[in-house]
Amino acid sequence: MISQIFILSSKGDHLIYKDCILTTGLLVALFCLCLYLLILLQSHKGLHFIHVRQGGLYWVASTKTNPSPFTIIEFLNRLAALTKDYCGSLSEKSVRMNFALIYELLDEMVDFGYIQTTSTDILKNFIQTEAVSSKPFSLFDLSNVGLFGAETQQSKVAPSVAASRPIMSSRGEQNEIFVDVIERLSVVIGSKGVLMKADIQGEIRIKCFLPTCSEMRIGLNEELSIGKSQLKGYSSAVRVDECRFHQAVKLDEFDTFRILKVCPSQGEQTVMQYQLCDELPCAPPFQLFPSVEKDYVNRSVNLSMVLIFLKLRCDLPPKSTALNVSITVPVPKGSTSMSQELSSPDQTAELQPKNKALLWEIPRFPGGAQLSALFKVDVPGLSSASLLEVGPVSMSFELPKQTCTGLQIRFLRLSPTQTGLSQRWVRYVTHSDSYTIRI
Amino acid sequence: MPYLGSEEVVKELRRALSNPNVQADRLRYKNYITKVIRYMTQGLDVSALFMDMVKASATVDIVQKKLVYLYMCTYASDKPDLALLAINTLRKDCADPNPMVRGLALRNMCNFRMPGMTEYIEQPIVAGLRDKASYVRRVAVLGCAKMHSLQPNTEIDGTIVNELYALLRDPDPVVVVNCLRALEEILKDEGGVVINKPIAHHLLNRMKDLDSWAQSEVLTFLLRYRPRSDDELFDILSLLDAFLLSSHAHVAVATLRLFLHLASAHPTVQADALLRTSAPLLATCGAASRELRFAGLCHVQQVMRSQPGLFGTHYKRFFCGYSEPSYIKFRKMEILVELVNDENVALVLEELRSYCTDVSPELAQAAIAAIGRIARTYSEKCLDILTGLLGLKQDHITSAVIQTFRDLVWFCPQSTAAVCQTVGACVDSPQDSEGKQALLWLLGEHGDQISSAPYVMEGYIDGLKTELSSAVKMELLTAAVKMFLCRPAETQDMLGRLLHYCIEEESDVCVRDRALLYYRLLQRGVEETRKVVTGPKSDPSMSVLTGRQEEPISEWDSTFNTLGPLAGCDLCPQTAATSAADQPSCRAENELLPESTDVTLSSPDDAEEEISLSLGPPLSHETFEKMWLDLETLHRQTLGFPRPRAAPDTLQAALQLVKIQTLAFTPGDTVPWKAYIYTRSTETLILAELLQGDQQAPGSDESLVVSVKQQPVNQHAIRGFVSVLKSVLQTLNVDTL
Repeated sequence: MISQIFILSSKGDHLIYKDCILTTGLLVALFCLCLYLLILLQSHKGLHFIHVRQGGLYWVASTKTNPSPFTIIEFLNRLAALTKDYCGSLSEKSVRMNFALIYELLDEMVDFGYIQTTSTDILKNFIQTEAVSSKPFSLFDLSNVGLFGAETQQSKVAPSVAASRPIMSSRGEQNEIFVDVIERLSVVIGSKGVLMKADIQGEIRIKCFLPTCSEMRIGLNEELSIGKSQLKGYSSAVRVDECRFHQAVKLDEFDTFRILKVCPSQGEQTVMQYQLCDELPCAPPFQLFPSVEKDYVNRSVNLSMVLIFLKLRCDLPPKSTALNVSITVPVPKGSTSMSQELSSPDQTAELQPKNKALLWEIPRFPGGAQLSALFKVDVPGLSSASLLEVGPVSMSFELPKQTCTGLQIRFLRLSPTQTGLSQRWVRYVTHSDSYTIRI
Repeated sequence: MPYLGSEEVVKELRRALSNPNVQADRLRYKNYITKVIRYMTQGLDVSALFMDMVKASATVDIVQKKLVYLYMCTYASDKPDLALLAINTLRKDCADPNPMVRGLALRNMCNFRMPGMTEYIEQPIVAGLRDKASYVRRVAVLGCAKMHSLQPNTEIDGTIVNELYALLRDPDPVVVVNCLRALEEILKDEGGVVINKPIAHHLLNRMKDLDSWAQSEVLTFLLRYRPRSDDELFDILSLLDAFLLSSHAHVAVATLRLFLHLASAHPTVQADALLRTSAPLLATCGAASRELRFAGLCHVQQVMRSQPGLFGTHYKRFFCGYSEPSYIKFRKMEILVELVNDENVALVLEELRSYCTDVSPELAQAAIAAIGRIARTYSEKCLDILTGLLGLKQDHITSAVIQTFRDLVWFCPQSTAAVCQTVGACVDSPQDSEGKQALLWLLGEHGDQISSAPYVMEGYIDGLKTELSSAVKMELLTAAVKMFLCRPAETQDMLGRLLHYCIEEESDVCVRDRALLYYRLLQRGVEETRKVVTGPKSDPSMSVLTGRQEEPISEWDSTFNTLGPLAGCDLCPQTAATSAADQPSCRAENELLPESTDVTLSSPDDAEEEISLSLGPPLSHETFEKMWLDLETLHRQTLGFPRPRAAPDTLQAALQLVKIQTLAFTPGDTVPWKAYIYTRSTETLILAELLQGDQQAPGSDESLVVSVKQQPVNQHAIRGFVSVLKSVLQTLNVDTL
């Protein structure tokens, strides 16, 4: 049972505050002080605070009982997702502008601290306030787009702004439905280039702007196999270890034809989650060939430097590209300055002494290409052991139009009764959740 | 900031709201109302506008109505007299043909927190319970609970309770769940809502219609229900089976909790449920939401208390992602340490090694400590890594490594030589007081094995004036005295200086007293001092005790899926107790049990009918063999459990702990397995053989047979010995299952 719900800005200002049952007023101030400790759960005089961070905001619930943490956390996540659906995007500004709408949402979602409903289908009958969207497009917003950032750079696919507008706007916009296949890749590559760990967490997410939508059929690869026990001889098969579906998904045609049947409600929802562990069907997208050496410039004044030579190869098919690749290399403590030789002008590199790391950024990395960079890091008083501090290298990137499992959507069919023109978009993206290469 | 000058703002708003021109323009009027709510959210006191807002509530615009109601609910308790004015409008709305308006009005009317509200809301609530629209019924059901909370001490209205029980059969799933919630609130003092067989079965059959939130809540309510028979139990379990793999983590976990609770008498069912839920649990550990990940990890840890092997093959899932926040990384490291086994130790250590150079000193130190924990089992590999880390010459790393060394030497003495060599070769010393204390302890305790020890210590004694921490000074005193006992020639002079300084110039009373104590002790003579100061250099028994004991599931299932695991302790004992209220005495007993077994283990001597065992001078193999052949078997007993699968060292250490010396045993899994042990009790020497899997000895296939020989005969001592032996082996068995 939830006592209070609030949404705080990153600075700790109250954007939304809902007192579900009679409580002792504002303990929020106290909570804000502790927020910076980044502890998920805090307690004060029998009142427990649980928070979730999304979109740069803190979504907090407090409770006096001892409820399931999973329920509270998932509820807060759902609240954030619904807010995003209704307001278009998640930011301090959009929450501030739409606070009346969010109060209305909360009022229907939670009564007396009990969760009533979070389904958009039910909620849309009760929500009357119209969303105020923040400015339709600005460069500033680009940084928030994140997931769909890939598309902003290509004109022929769906405009990214399209997916970040409120679902309930009455302006006669196109009927659109987005189906996204999103995979998160977490990889550890050992010092000799051996793949130590590879996990893929994927999901199929639907964002539906259609006011009413009858059944939709999503066809996945027919050769998709599920589970570990299957024969591995057939290399063409797309395999996932396990998958879980939204409870509204009808699976009667899944076993034979790999077709998901679902009646999407307005807004965003995850219809299928899947994972694949310990095995990648393709080569890992990046291979790194590092060499780290110590070099004395002047032995007498003990001026020494570390030479880090990195050769990075992108093992994607030649037609695809990786975007926003950033490589973080830890450097020895006490590194003072750095000079670098990069292969093209659009790359950047900088030394971050505070994080003991150097950051190499490549905005665009075509498949099959190989880039190299040489970094000379000045470290006064370098010892041979200091070289141990170089590594492991971590990378983050985005692979648009790519899924590592090979999962594809064969077709997307709305039932014939659907009236009016509707636009359907299928998008694929792979994110690096954690991509670590040991040196 | 609106917090300042609030009066101005309120005045301005009032002027605007009462302006007839604004009132005529609906859009502008609504804008001002929105503004009021915004200020309210920011913490500004706008209660002075209550009158104007009440006027605004009489409107057909639902959005405006909602905003005004929000305002009224917030300030009704401050302005009860004015709030009464709004009630007429609300009551009128309760009879509106539109169910949404009815529901809205009823909900908000119930939210008014002011005395005397009950008489106005009772009638609409009762009407609402019988409303045609499910939306209104939902609101009305919770309204009952709200009404009760307004007057918590009044007598419970039986008719309403009965009506709520009847509404459990409502076709609308949310109404059903709300009924449960409301009854729970109203009947709180009587132990909450009663879940009897018809209700439980009804709820179970409705499970599929509920949404995920309601499902997990109903599952929690069902914890109260005890099936009458095993058949019923298994029917329930098979009905709920599908929910174990729900895509919503909270449903899967709530189902698991119910499974564990219901099947508490069927360990295999529990184990099976845990196995099946391990996949969804692991999935939450890799969820996109970090908070969910954290909650998942905490619960994985809890499951591992009983089933340490469950996640063994998935250890790679607990490798830290570089961008994860540190609270997740800490948990993952704790789990990794538990999951180490012969196959994965190299990979896990390599992974942990890479965290040791993390930017965050806390994380690096935690990683080093984790390696130290693993070193208790796999000392050699870990020592190499730790020694390598010393080469980095970074203060926080050196300090953490030295502290790890100290703990390691204490827990597993076989690594002492290697540690001493490393410490002796280590050039730079830790700078923080924790690290200094650890180093000094090592120097004092094992000064005889570290050749450079006196010189290192001299450095500390010379720098005493600049030392701020009195804990370090105390440790230095102890270490210097210990060192004096083993290397007097090199230490005498500096010990003198140290004692002089601490007694004459030190301002901290504790340090001065400690110095005086040692000074007087030394005056009594070296032997006296030795007796007092030196103790055991290590405690191998600790590693046996701190080794993971598999706990029964009942230890933790009452806090499973609550905030407890996240907080790392039993968060609110009072609520936990009420949730397990059906068997409080049993719970209390469970909590006491493990402690009492610990007591018997650590001091078996006083528990076992006054028999005391001792090691005495060691026996050689030849003597043992001769005596074994000469003597008659006095006692033979089948112990009733197999031999412990613990590592030889562990077995030896555990037996040594109870003062039983192991002479020899057959390695590994050879059949028959034999071990020869001996011990001394008062005036008598006991020799014993443990045997398993010998064809000739009856009953030894499955269970361990002990044969005891003794010289001179003392039956009392044999009984004591066998019971001590039994308890040790049993503990080990529990330990290694």
